[in-house]
Amino acid sequence: MYLAALIACAISGILILVRAILGKTTFDRILAVNTLGTIIVIGISLHGFYMERPEFLDIAIVYALINFIGTIAVLKLFSTGSLGEIKK
Amino acid sequence: MDLIKDIITGICFFIGSLSIIVGACGLIKFPDVFSRIHAAGMIDTGGTAFFLLGMIIQTGWSLITVKLLLIGIFIFFTSPVSSHVTANLARQKKIIPFGRKIGKLL
Repeated sequence: MYLAALIACAISGILILVRAILGKTTFDRILAVNTLGTIIVIGISLHGFYMERPEFLDIAIVYALINFIGTIAVLKLFSTGSLGEIKK
Repeated sequence: MDLIKDIITGICFFIGSLSIIVGACGLIKFPDVFSRIHAAGMIDTGGTAFFLLGMIIQTGWSLITVKLLLIGIFIFFTSPVSSHVTANLARQKKIIPFGRKIGKLL
């Protein structure tokens, strides 16, 4: 059961990676990488349940946090050209 | 009782797997950024919700349930935020939606 779900996650991840490589604009790539991060969070949780070691859920929580912050940071860098203004 | 748990978990995993594969196919086949955000939202809500629901049913009440609920709540709150920021920035950078003329952006 967990193995079938992991295989579905792998197929979906490969399809999303194709979009991230072929994407026309930058926003396609950013959206695909963000979605791939969500798939990886699900995959880490399922792998922890499959190996009967549920401590992997901590890694999944940290991956979800870093995925969100990384997406927002890349979008801000692409939008304004810097990661924060230094006021003088 | 164990068999009922396994059956409900299997149904949840099946719906989740269908949801993420349909979302990934949509992410490839759709013609535009603004319509691809729709498919990405399908993965972020349907797939995550059903997979986490299946794992919650499988474990019962323990600390693992709290961690799974934390992951679910966090993804539910951050996925619309990142989708909205992506769409807003794509509109600011003058990406033309599929089927619109160049002069009429909005």
